[in-house]
Amino acid sequence: MSNKPATLFDKVWDSHVVRKIEDGPDVFFIDRHFIHEVTSPVAFLGMENRGLKVMFPEKTFATADHNTPTINQHLPVQDPLSANQLKALETNSNKYGISHWGLGNPKNGIVHVVGPENGITLPGMTIVCGDSHTSTHGAFGAIAFGIGTSEVEMVLSSQCIMQPKPKKMRINVNGQLGKGITPKDVTLYIISKLTAAGATGYFVEYAGDVFENMSMEGRMTVCNMSIEMGARGGIIAPDETTFNYIKGREKAPKGEAWDKALAYWKTLRTEEGAAFDQEYTYDAADIEPMITYGTNPGMGMGITKHIPAALAGDSKTSYEKSLQYMGFHEEEAMIGKKVDYVFIGSCTNGRIEDFRAFASIVKGRKKAEHVTAWIVPGSHIVEQQIKEEGILDILTEAGFQLRQPGCSACLAMNDDKVPAGKYAVSTSNRNFEGRQGPGSRTMLASPLVAAAAAVTGVVTDPRELIA
Amino acid sequence: MAYDKFTILKSTAVPMPIENVDTDQIIPARFLKATERKGFGDNLFRDWRYETDGTPKKDFVLNNPIYSGKILVAGKNFGSGSSREHAAWAIYDYGFRCVVSSFFADIFKNNSLNIGILPVQVSPEFLDKIFTAIESDPKAEVEVNLETQTITIPATGDSESFAINSYKKHNMMNGFDDIDYLQAMKDEIKVFADKSMY
Ligand code: SF4
Repeated sequence: MSNKPATLFDKVWDSHVVRKIEDGPDVFFIDRHFIHEVTSPVAFLGMENRGLKVMFPEKTFATADHNTPTINQHLPVQDPLSANQLKALETNSNKYGISHWGLGNPKNGIVHVVGPENGITLPGMTIVCGDSHTSTHGAFGAIAFGIGTSEVEMVLSSQCIMQPKPKKMRINVNGQLGKGITPKDVTLYIISKLTAAGATGYFVEYAGDVFENMSMEGRMTVCNMSIEMGARGGIIAPDETTFNYIKGREKAPKGEAWDKALAYWKTLRTEEGAAFDQEYTYDAADIEPMITYGTNPGMGMGITKHIPAALAGDSKTSYEKSLQYMGFHEEEAMIGKKVDYVFIGSCTNGRIEDFRAFASIVKGRKKAEHVTAWIVPGSHIVEQQIKEEGILDILTEAGFQLRQPGCSACLAMNDDKVPAGKYAVSTSNRNFEGRQGPGSRTMLASPLVAAAAAVTGVVTDPRELIA
Repeated sequence: MAYDKFTILKSTAVPMPIENVDTDQIIPARFLKATERKGFGDNLFRDWRYETDGTPKKDFVLNNPIYSGKILVAGKNFGSGSSREHAAWAIYDYGFRCVVSSFFADIFKNNSLNIGILPVQVSPEFLDKIFTAIESDPKAEVEVNLETQTITIPATGDSESFAINSYKKHNMMNGFDDIDYLQAMKDEIKVFADKSMY
């Protein structure tokens, strides 16, 4: 070992390299593997065609989320193709002895919500899943990233994948966030600065007092969105906030194992003077509530601003195509634009804190008549909390309905689709063309901005509604 | 062997000078419901290619009969967004073996290499040259030589070298994949796993 100061990322990465291939990738060991119904069936099939078995079934966890309905989950799933994928997940999990939280299981929910809330996600781990927002788990000081189906097959059959080590970037945000500024605004702000491809090839460590003062839910929101600026993943050093969150969760270490783990976790910090390939620093005071106006998450701006003229870096035609799709124009204000749909949920903003934020604005107000709102908890545990904390009563009072957990309108594989041409303010992570249904127009924002839109029916600065 | 060997590919190319083409455009989420790897090519670029009633959109490049070939040439930041390997499957299934762009998203690049599509990253200037060549002659060919790591436009003689690590290159040229490699080192992995704390 050299004595060069190491980054948090180096420490976790280097301790998981089984073999280094010269001018090739590292053979990289995976501690936790999450699977869901959409990206795993072909991997199991591939394994079977080669006559392979699951090497460590206890390191893989299955949950159904992408394809599931958000109402009447007790009834058989209507769409035969979706039902078929759910069945395949169950059959494959049972066959190989993999823990499976299917539809209706009290532990069921979005993979990146249930992993942390059950203590499966821990600091210092390597975690992968056939879903790009696996980066969420980096909030715990884990190296976590999305993989393709071929790699799912690799992890199942050998617990390893082949990965070149990414470059390292650090993003610092210092200072005090203003009233009504949430972690989602912080991440949309960073992405708007870096663009949708600005961190491609990098793994990002988030540092500075804004992240240190952030809750675990907030850190998950930030790490979740890392992929939207092209990064392989994001990571935040574990601290007391992290340890307090994990302690006592179902699969978290207990007793002596806890003490031992804790001692190790406390070493997971970037050392003074460690080198990054790239570093950016931002001031918290510059961040407003954010909203996107285009068709990639880099096309975001402060909600009180006007849509900029063509972005530096992207060609004029791509930019115009994007605005045309959205039905927006350069130099227009976003405030006051009509909103047809509001979606709160997803692995980005489907945790309890997000629903608390949403309810804080909705309380004592009514849903705008023309708005269709989908309020979708990230898991049954979150759903339970919503009920216990009285948030459900606030929502019902205001004319909203709570749905059942799942990915829902985040990718619109189930029936929760925004119709063509309609506008949605969404707390999810992608505003790509058609992401929320063919022809749908998505504006990404925080739960507070979503709530403000839901009660006023137009894009509204949530700070005006905060007492 | 997981896919066809890749050595030299000489073909006409399909130009798509659009930037930030994300995997939701390559294959929309509603077509991810299969449990087998079949038929994804039919839905490649579905919403850019077809009207909602299924009639082909005339102005989309895949519906323009003057363009064809095994090489897709696209604007920068190709394949961003979702990790769905289905995007790479759809491109392969449609008949492409190589995608050329001035910049690729990480996961897409990985997924492509894993299933036998060669992503070739060229300079923005060279990308423009390819677009110009195809524009002036839709039958202009592009030649990709993996052995020498060069991409050439025979009509103009322009050529550029591209990067690929020697491990992946060896795999592509022999049609091997990572699973073969990992299976061969399982004992070593087992020893490693025994020492792991999780
Ligand atoms: S909520 Fe959206 S981003 Fe998250 S896992 Fe589901 S589909 Fe993927």
